[in-house]
Amino acid sequence: MANATAQAQDARIRRSMRNDKIATGILTVIVAIVMLIVVAMVAYILFQGVGQLFQPGFLTEASRSNGTEGGIAYQLFDSFYLLVLTLVISVPISLFGAVFLVEYAPDGPVTKVASTAIETLSSLPSIVVGMFGFLMFSVNFGWGYSLISGAIALTMFNIPILTRVITQALEDVPASQRDACLAMGLTRWETTLHVLIPAAMPAIVTGIVLSAGRVFGEAAALLFTSGMSSPARLNFLSLNFASPTCAWNIFRPGESLAVHIYKIYGEGSPEAQHIVWGAAAVLMICVLLFNVLSRIAGKALARRMTAE
Amino acid sequence: MAKQMPKRSLEKVGLSVTGACVALVTLVVVALIVMVAQRGLSTFLKDGVDVLNFFTGTKWNLAMTDEATGLPYTGALPLIVTSFAVTIISTVIALPIAIGSAIYVVEIQPKFGQKYFQPLIELLVGIPSVVFGLIGFHVIVAAVRAIFNVEMGLGILPGSIVLALMILPTITTLSIDALRAVPQSYRDGSLALGYTRWQTIWHVVLKSATPSLMTAVILGMTRAFGETLAVRMVIGGVEAMPTSLLNSASTITTTLTTSMAVYATGSVQNDALWTLGLLLMGMSLIFILIIHLIGAKGAKSRG
Repeated sequence: MANATAQAQDARIRRSMRNDKIATGILTVIVAIVMLIVVAMVAYILFQGVGQLFQPGFLTEASRSNGTEGGIAYQLFDSFYLLVLTLVISVPISLFGAVFLVEYAPDGPVTKVASTAIETLSSLPSIVVGMFGFLMFSVNFGWGYSLISGAIALTMFNIPILTRVITQALEDVPASQRDACLAMGLTRWETTLHVLIPAAMPAIVTGIVLSAGRVFGEAAALLFTSGMSSPARLNFLSLNFASPTCAWNIFRPGESLAVHIYKIYGEGSPEAQHIVWGAAAVLMICVLLFNVLSRIAGKALARRMTAE
Repeated sequence: MAKQMPKRSLEKVGLSVTGACVALVTLVVVALIVMVAQRGLSTFLKDGVDVLNFFTGTKWNLAMTDEATGLPYTGALPLIVTSFAVTIISTVIALPIAIGSAIYVVEIQPKFGQKYFQPLIELLVGIPSVVFGLIGFHVIVAAVRAIFNVEMGLGILPGSIVLALMILPTITTLSIDALRAVPQSYRDGSLALGYTRWQTIWHVVLKSATPSLMTAVILGMTRAFGETLAVRMVIGGVEAMPTSLLNSASTITTTLTTSMAVYATGSVQNDALWTLGLLLMGMSLIFILIIHLIGAKGAKSRG
């Protein structure tokens, strides 16, 4: 009798051990598959598109015939220009917003309402943000399809991401630094400007560069705000900011790389397909660069600030 | 200059500058919600579209006028059904993979996970949605066409697969955080009682992390529900009641992208599109509410 129970227990232990091995095996397979998919995706895009990058004129010529021929020079410029405009608007707002939430806001209704608002913004589909941007800036403000409308729509998309990163970075600064400053008689504003923000800088920079990668590839919010076409001819030397052909005019329509891909992905001609894959490869390389850059910049800043 | 300012006014400057930024963001969000709601509701209030008809009607065609009412066909049920279908199917595909990889990264190979797996998954977050769409259009649709022997290969199934890929990193990253937050003492206790690693994971770690895992899943669903271009590129865009996973269909977001720029602001058609936008916004608000409820319940059960 006792023997039988011992045997049953033995069997149970063996079964548990076997299940443990099986589960470990399955999990390993899952992880391997996921990694394979990611690597395969990136490799596939680069493989399909990199050849196009070395076509003469692809990166330096304007597109022709509604984007199905020629290069992607203007789309590339517009993407970076939109990114810069977006960061110029969204970084200060997010930075100060985060400072308010971490340093100033007493725990109360104000903080609660503000963080709920930011959370809502972060969960809104980007197409809804785009529709709002279209109605508010393009129609009500009369800006039409313009880079600035697009940049503000992207800002709305970017603020929640940035605010979260910067809030986190500020919260991670040791409380002792804050206490020391206040004990020395600095105001909270001086503490923030001279001590907290510099101390949090590596994490903030990493966050900004990472968010730049997201903004760079966003398209849905831009369809109705900055439009689906770049001017046929841009003049980079013009300083007449009201001219529709001046490259720096923020009230001209512009088309980002991601929107360009969306516009012509269904075109059947081999030339157009080459352009689509080339543009996708450029987009992918930029995103990879932002990814790598954010790590390097964060690490370099952290080293400079701690080692010296 | 700032040095000469009295400390008290310096502090006031800081407070008002930062406060203004927060107020601005809050104001914009409120304006957005009010505006979308106002435009979305005017379909029913101003144009006289029947609410019940909008949500249960199965014919959506803005270009044609319904003889009976003199309004365009605005039965949004096919779009709503398709949106929910892609959301649910993509979550079902992504969930086991995401949680499985999270378990592997946290419980089985933490070093490998932190060093190689997480950066790779973060890379997946950064890939733009049009690129997912492009791959879906060229690879997944072609695969579906070959495997199921259908003519087009566009539809809910390829849409769900693309979405599953897109929400995979969201769910995985959040699940990793959720599993890491489980106290080590739980694991030690379970292992000391003679449980195997898998039994510990299954009965102890996953169980105590359930609320956070649910939050992760719902955030993934939020992303899937609102995703626009990647889905648009593989689903076909036919606004009819879906009859199979392999027929062209159209989600709410798909219809918005294709029709929004066509109709002038203020027209019945345009208002109907805003109602769809309102629906999207409402859904994402509901998802947030669910997350808060889970959080509150979790906090209560922890005491």
